[in-house]
Amino acid sequence: MTALLALEAVSKRFRGLVAVDHVSFAVPQGSIFAVIGPNGAGKTTLFSMIAGALAPDDGAIIFAGAAIQGLPADAVCRRGVARTFQTVRPFPALSVEDNVTIGALLHRRDVGAARQHARMLLRRLDLFEKRDRRASTLTLPDRKRLEVARALATEPQLLLLDEVMAGLRPTETDRMVAILRALNRESGLTILLIEHVMRAVMALASRVLVLDHGVAIAEGAPEEVVRDPAVVQSYLGADAI
Amino acid sequence: MIARLTADVSLRGAVLLGAVLAALLAAPWIVNDYLLTVLIIILYFAYAGQAWNIMMGFAGQLSLGHAIYVGLGGYVAGILFIRFSVAPWLGLLAALPFATACGAVIGWLAFRFRVAGVYFAILTIAFAEFARIGFDHWDFVNASSGLFLPVAQYAHNDLWLLRGNPTMFYYVILGATALVFVLCHSLMRSRVGYFWLAIREDEQAARAAGIDSLRYKMYAVMVSAAVTSFAGVFYAFFYNNLFPEQVFSISRSIEIMLGPIIGGVGTLFGPILGAFVLTGLAEALNSVIGAFGLDLPGARQVFFGICLLLVVAVLPHGVWPPLARLLGVTRGAK
Repeated sequence: MTALLALEAVSKRFRGLVAVDHVSFAVPQGSIFAVIGPNGAGKTTLFSMIAGALAPDDGAIIFAGAAIQGLPADAVCRRGVARTFQTVRPFPALSVEDNVTIGALLHRRDVGAARQHARMLLRRLDLFEKRDRRASTLTLPDRKRLEVARALATEPQLLLLDEVMAGLRPTETDRMVAILRALNRESGLTILLIEHVMRAVMALASRVLVLDHGVAIAEGAPEEVVRDPAVVQSYLGADAI
Repeated sequence: MIARLTADVSLRGAVLLGAVLAALLAAPWIVNDYLLTVLIIILYFAYAGQAWNIMMGFAGQLSLGHAIYVGLGGYVAGILFIRFSVAPWLGLLAALPFATACGAVIGWLAFRFRVAGVYFAILTIAFAEFARIGFDHWDFVNASSGLFLPVAQYAHNDLWLLRGNPTMFYYVILGATALVFVLCHSLMRSRVGYFWLAIREDEQAARAAGIDSLRYKMYAVMVSAAVTSFAGVFYAFFYNNLFPEQVFSISRSIEIMLGPIIGGVGTLFGPILGAFVLTGLAEALNSVIGAFGLDLPGARQVFFGICLLLVVAVLPHGVWPPLARLLGVTRGAK
């Protein structure tokens, strides 16, 4: 499998602090790849650089064969990388359907066609019945799925999920896991997730990268990574296994 | 086109809209000259408010200096008429791109250098003030002594030269208000309109959804400026005079915003309703004060202040949204 996304020695410093230090990894086309690590490990910084919210100081981010580091967020999205936000940010005063329609309008000129596509995605993410509700009135799990729907509506090749499971109850986590798995299986969508919820990581990811203090300390299949002594030491704690 | 316009209007809404439109069309035969002038002012504010609403209500960009586009529109068409005998409709063809370019400059300066929110609003005031001071010292436009258009005989109406009686001006501004309503209606349901809403709601999230926010914010400012410039042309030919101190003053900018704020920012009917409520009530207040034989300068401003306070406190989304629910013509997100 070829890499859809490759990071080559990507670094980001904030004044004296090195948030991400020469991190390299490759996300194969069609895979589900997870980045884990303790708070402050640089996961969100890394994520922001891929999504175009931050420009790296060094290194290259190659998506579908082209360097995208330093491109603005909207240009990154137009190339086929869609993201969700750690703290959900749906368009609050707009209806659920309009939220997703906006995403679908990126590659569609016709509002009717975009709405059609949005409805298909809303069905898929169990939000169809709530399509006329204001986004601000949704519960957190619904808003999280709404963000995924809006991101998917832009028809990405790569979906970036920033702690999409955080704050969900176990049953809701399982539901999200099932949805993401189905998307990956049926459409071959490549997913990169930053995640704290190990239950979801273990269920979803085919490959895991562990960050600690901005450095990649381990990479491999989830079962291997969780047994890695360095990972246990820095992140999971001895009782995690 | 008509089918698309009416597709999502409830029957009740259509009947109400039709009734209002019929009443407005019939107004010159019903009301006296004084009331007709009041209606002209109301429609003028409805029009200008609708134009301002494109920027603020749709795209979330607060302009506190919209008088600049009114002033530029008025001055361009006025100068062309006085100095070169160019008809106002042709003058409008010059005023439109002029105001649009001015909006583009302000927008580009702000958005390119990431001036946003309150700072953007202050920048719009600054430009309106530049224009006021500049025109006040520019001899070509008669500086502070003002520009006067030759006053017409009310005996015959010349629509092409916009010289005529209030009835003619009334229909001109009614037509323009209807046109801009239709324009805003279709903008709101267009791709650009959705992108504007996304930017208004959360610019960072909009960009994450692939929207080039700089470009679409520029469109909003330019469309709003272009539409507003006609208000200036109308103003110049209706009042027949232009003074920089008046047309570009910040109080003019504020008057433009009051209607949409009171009626409902971001709604189609808000600016129209707001203009009717504000100007209508203010004129009623004037008559009451006059009837008691009192002379209270500034009563109008105090009244506007009270209205604004009340609306902000009681109906933060404006008068229209709750009224629409009451009339049963609401649609959209619950």
